Amino acid sequence: MEKLPRWADIALVPILNLLLALIVSGIVVALIGQNPFEAMRIMVDGAVGSTYGWGYTLFYATNFIFTGLAVAVAFHAKLFNIGGEGQAQFGSLGVALVCLAVPWPHWTLALPAAILGGALFGAGWAAIPAYLQARRGSHIVITTIMFNFIASALLVYLLVGILKAPGMAPETARFPEGAYLPTARDIFAVIGVDFGYSPLNVTFLVALLAAWLVWLLLWRTRLGYEIRAFGHSEPAALYAGISPFRITMLAMLISGALAGLMAINAVMGEQQRLLQDNVLGAGFVGIAVALMGRSHPVGVLLAAILFGALYQGGAELEFETSVPRDMVVVIQALVILFTGALDGMTRSPLERVFLRFGRRAPEPGAPAE
Amino acid sequence: MSDPAIELRGISKSFGAVKANKDIAIRVMPGTIHGIIGENGAGKSTLMSILYGFYRADRGEIFIRGERTDIPDSQAAIRAGIGMVFQHFKLVQNFTVLENIVLGAEEGALLTTSLGKARTLLKQLSEDYELQVDPDARIEDLGVGMQQRVEILKALYRQADILILDEPTGVLTPSEADHLFRILEGLKREGKTIILITHKLREIMEITDTVSVMRRGEMTATVKTAETGPEELAELMVGRKVLLRVEKKAAQPGARVLEIEDLRVVDGSGVERLRGISLDVRAGEILGIAGVAGNGQSELLEVLGGMRSGTGRVRVNGDELDLVGPRADARTRRARGIAHVPEDRQHEGLIMDFHAWENVAFGYHADPAYNRGLLMDNDALRRDTERKIAKFDVRPADCWQTAKNFSGGNQQKIVIARELERDPDLLLVGQPTRGVDIGAIEFIHQQIVALRDAGKAILLVSVELDEILSLSDRIAVMFDGRIMGERLPSQTDERELGLMMAGITDTDRGHTHAEVEGNLAHVHGKVG
Repeated sequence: MEKLPRWADIALVPILNLLLALIVSGIVVALIGQNPFEAMRIMVDGAVGSTYGWGYTLFYATNFIFTGLAVAVAFHAKLFNIGGEGQAQFGSLGVALVCLAVPWPHWTLALPAAILGGALFGAGWAAIPAYLQARRGSHIVITTIMFNFIASALLVYLLVGILKAPGMAPETARFPEGAYLPTARDIFAVIGVDFGYSPLNVTFLVALLAAWLVWLLLWRTRLGYEIRAFGHSEPAALYAGISPFRITMLAMLISGALAGLMAINAVMGEQQRLLQDNVLGAGFVGIAVALMGRSHPVGVLLAAILFGALYQGGAELEFETSVPRDMVVVIQALVILFTGALDGMTRSPLERVFLRFGRRAPEPGAPAE
Repeated sequence: MSDPAIELRGISKSFGAVKANKDIAIRVMPGTIHGIIGENGAGKSTLMSILYGFYRADRGEIFIRGERTDIPDSQAAIRAGIGMVFQHFKLVQNFTVLENIVLGAEEGALLTTSLGKARTLLKQLSEDYELQVDPDARIEDLGVGMQQRVEILKALYRQADILILDEPTGVLTPSEADHLFRILEGLKREGKTIILITHKLREIMEITDTVSVMRRGEMTATVKTAETGPEELAELMVGRKVLLRVEKKAAQPGARVLEIEDLRVVDGSGVERLRGISLDVRAGEILGIAGVAGNGQSELLEVLGGMRSGTGRVRVNGDELDLVGPRADARTRRARGIAHVPEDRQHEGLIMDFHAWENVAFGYHADPAYNRGLLMDNDALRRDTERKIAKFDVRPADCWQTAKNFSGGNQQKIVIARELERDPDLLLVGQPTRGVDIGAIEFIHQQIVALRDAGKAILLVSVELDEILSLSDRIAVMFDGRIMGERLPSQTDERELGLMMAGITDTDRGHTHAEVEGNLAHVHGKVG
């Protein structure tokens, strides 16, 4: 018997958690002498109050969709991929190499090639921890974390070395103009709508497509079936003739490729050159997004937009008030804490409420007591 | 007449909409052995958990020796003199027997006093009740029967005079079970009250004075054991007449389907679990493998089912199987006409969070009938599931239920339906009726016999000797990774098989229990 109805499990629990996080955040904001309601208004307004706000919110969300999907796919195979950060960073190298390799005539040609480059590099960075897990039993949490540091160090090495453009900064040359992606402003201008300036670009659509493909993979293909079966029980997978090695490798490769695709948005879509810090923690936010989205593509999508709004709203809050930057990080951390880590805190009281409610409900056909 | 040792009045307990116990009333008289029998999910465990303070009843009263007693937690149960021996022992593996016995009942900061006291008491108890255990042995070096004695000693050390045993014989050989029953008889003579929870009718008939039957959360009857019989009890448990014996014709063995020569398996920690097995199974026959759990039967099924690698020669219909490498997997085995009903349906045979229809494809999900291009043909799969659910009478007949929401018997029917409907040449089947209710046992046994009658070869592994004796056409006994010998069911009995299961082949000689236990402890020590 299910303890909670489906709608409560999917919607009510996350919403309650979010409200709790906001209440606690409000208390913290009040404690430092600011008006929490005003702060809330600024954040909401900043995130979704204008096309400019929406642009930034969805731009951040695009990053989080990719990294969230990456964590979700691996999680279905019961692999906890903490290495989204490093895989995204390595993916950015792939995207940059593709963009710099050829003087691209048009973005429609550059985009597929960059997708391939980002996915291959991201997958490649995930392949080593995956192999170590599948063949040697080295724990994937440990290896992927360490690979984050290696990716970061490697990128610095390349950016101060052979990839460095003339000048002071450790960064590559600008990508050719043919590799610039159309922004939301460009696209909306075609239909005569004035969309505020933001880095939101066509990659958002790629992210939506990726979410749909992940859904298709997990629930409609044989590989997805095998990934989910393996994630539920390894002995059962062996019993069914599903190779643990193959599933571990494939799930991690897909996960790494998705993380690597984040660079399409951040590097190709916004920065248009490879910088040293281009992931900025999105790999880790992806873990919270996948947790909150319960590893389902739709959930990941919604959670990613929420986190995008938090990022953008937080930036506005910092800009408009004297709430310090650290405070914004605290609010984001509280949301992650409540929605991800403290999920059980609201879940079990809620289950009790529903159990009591269920008992009172008349039971058809039950003998009178 | 004296007060009952335990009296329960009007006990009810619900979990959400599920009524686990409905208005239960029972009187257990002191100095008797009182059996509680019922199918899985009948509410036996819930009732005992209420008595031991794990759950609180929604309604009802508990009287211990005539006094109304509140049991909010297990400490209160212990104070009331109730001791519980769980099905899964709660012992610290790397502690000694003595340390386990005083654990949680230490007196003072220094262990020496309580250990000394426990040692004296242990000596006395072992003399009184045949409860011999070496107080300084580590639990991990002891056999299962010995570990169970430690659990009983733990309860006695806490001065329990009401002892509850939950399915105590599930892991024991027949001779260990006999010994346990002698211990229980001894405790009864000393005036202790014993509640025995079991689903085995034979044990009830053998040892209890009174028996209470539970069905669907209700206490359906309490009768004197001497005044009833297994058929009547089975009917009370299930609510309808049940065939306790498997009805089957004599086997018509045909050609050799499975031939095994010198099969060996070494596990991950380097222990040889199969030490040169040679067997064969013919078409139209059931070969039963008897043995105490942990003597290599699981490994035998796993290596034949493609779940682990081994060495030696295995032929199916004359063709040799790969025992290592990429073609030694379960998928290749299925393609060779080997179906497998695994021992552990919850961790192997089914994905508990998958819908019934997803589970019906499990292992056969690459079948072209279930696939359409790159995608799986879920509609075809669901149609197939509807058909199988109807044919095998799976309840509820809903292909959208997740596997964990079916009862044990219906879960097993899903596995059986999946494997048998493939029309295999060879069926590997492990513990087909473990945790399955009597009604479903009857059905599952009929299905297995029907497959045999259709001329298929069946290799049956079970720790239930009754099941082995009634289903098999030939019986091989396994001990410590070896086959101790083969017998025909008509020419052997439980006593002989029991001795072979303990590693003794010259079964005509008289044997001491020490000998049997010594052998079993040797094996368990290695397993642990």
